[in-house]
Amino acid sequence: MTPLIEVADLRLSLADMTRKPVFGTAPRLEILKGISFAIPKGDIIGIVGGSGSGKSTLGRALLRLLEPTSGTIRFDGQDITHAPESTLRPLRKRMQMIFQDPMSSLNPRRRVGAIIAAPLHLHGFPDIQSRVGDALAHVGLPDHFRHRYPHELSGGQRQRIGIARAIALRPDFILADEIVSGLDVSSQAQVLHLLENLVADLGLTLAFISHDLSVIRRLCRRVLVLQHGRIIEQADTATLFTAPQAQYTSDLLDAIPLPDPDQPWG
Amino acid sequence: MSFLQIRNLSAKLKGEPTRVLRDVSLQVAAGQVHALVGESGAGKSMIGKAILGILPRAVEITSGQIMLDGTDLLALPAAARRTKIGATCALIPQDPLTALNPSRRIGPQITDRLVDILHWPRAKADARARDLLAEVQIENPDRVLRAYPHELSGGMRQRILIAAAFAAEPRLIVADEPTTALDVTVQKQILRLIAAMQARHGTALLFVTHDLGVVSKVCTSLSVLYAGKVVEDSAVKPFFRAPAHPYSAALLAATPKYTDPAATLQPVPDAVLAALNTEIAQSDRGAP
Repeated sequence: MTPLIEVADLRLSLADMTRKPVFGTAPRLEILKGISFAIPKGDIIGIVGGSGSGKSTLGRALLRLLEPTSGTIRFDGQDITHAPESTLRPLRKRMQMIFQDPMSSLNPRRRVGAIIAAPLHLHGFPDIQSRVGDALAHVGLPDHFRHRYPHELSGGQRQRIGIARAIALRPDFILADEIVSGLDVSSQAQVLHLLENLVADLGLTLAFISHDLSVIRRLCRRVLVLQHGRIIEQADTATLFTAPQAQYTSDLLDAIPLPDPDQPWG
Repeated sequence: MSFLQIRNLSAKLKGEPTRVLRDVSLQVAAGQVHALVGESGAGKSMIGKAILGILPRAVEITSGQIMLDGTDLLALPAAARRTKIGATCALIPQDPLTALNPSRRIGPQITDRLVDILHWPRAKADARARDLLAEVQIENPDRVLRAYPHELSGGMRQRILIAAAFAAEPRLIVADEPTTALDVTVQKQILRLIAAMQARHGTALLFVTHDLGVVSKVCTSLSVLYAGKVVEDSAVKPFFRAPAHPYSAALLAATPKYTDPAATLQPVPDAVLAALNTEIAQSDRGAP
């Protein structure tokens, strides 16, 4: 089976504006340094790494919100590495993103119904109101929530709206960038359950960026560990957690404070 | 006697019946680390702010006592209260970027308080800042003292705020989620650093967090809060073996553990929340 997403030797550099001279061009800062992996259809892949490891940049490159410097990204067999926006537009409804901070990624001046409907309008879907209702039902929120504003909702409910907006288009691929890091454990458990069910019900492929390995272990089947823009380990979740190969992976695991006062923690 | 003793503290929103803190009692002795845990909105930061006298204007304290070293802060006139808090307490804030002034160098941001409020000579304050940066394991303290916040990483900035908090040898430090903005490896370094500094200086530490994993590593005792009420007060070890209150047990069950992938992560059950809400409504009716 062809993978949904295939990445080969992906490199991405951005202008380093902090070192830009007054005249002349800024030096390039290399963020992704040759990344290769594939995501099979229906898989849930976890992307972990410390801050500055390039995990969010990688996510944004996969959705072509950033253009890579070199290498290739294939989405369902089609090379999208340098595809122009006109080529990407029909693909965009098949790839969606859920953002870390639901407060800043939901327009505070629009009602929930309008927020979920916006991408449906953009891509010319029919029956928008019933699709909005379906999306709300899928994330376990009552239909009258479409009349509410984001500030009237709790953090967990807001994150469900972010999820509803992404699944309303019935995409093939969803990128979730640190979507539970701002939530309490109880809402986090709810959102993780919801994601698991949605992946199974809707046949989604999911890339889940997180710095929390406990959450990754719970949700993902495969894991990429990123450090300084390179993949330093790539393994099945069970293998990664029982027999980590890279020193950095072990360091990440050892640094997690488990809720257990008897765990040795340095 | 414990350095900090809070007795039956209640607070509410001004002009509204909404209660923010409900009859909170707790104590922290010198050399102890006491955690305040709970979900967002449970009132854990509110307690820290009440102690430091930095409650939002919309919140008023309706009853209770905050005893620092045997003196009730709430019975003092405002000026005396500020002097007492300024001389004995400090805060390690949550977000190391917004807590530092982006347009000023690091050095004066540590020493201003020593010079302006505690009237230290400038040279003594500068020397103290340099020693503190060395103590929080910053290499090349002189360069960092002249740097601006944007030149430093998140972990470095948090080290600086820890140094600033310990600058005047406070007897109580309130740490308000000091590591939520950091990734796990940096979090571990910072938590160890806070624990080592706290032990060395014998400071009483009130540690606000929602992460039970962190509590089990750095704290000696904890209070679990829900809707501004302490639902359980316990030493750390017995709490993690067998939490006494069903809500505490539910919070623990919702915390993911990478060592236990088969565990079903349960959100706090509705029945537990309903029982708690009824209990709170009943005690509110009995309260003045």
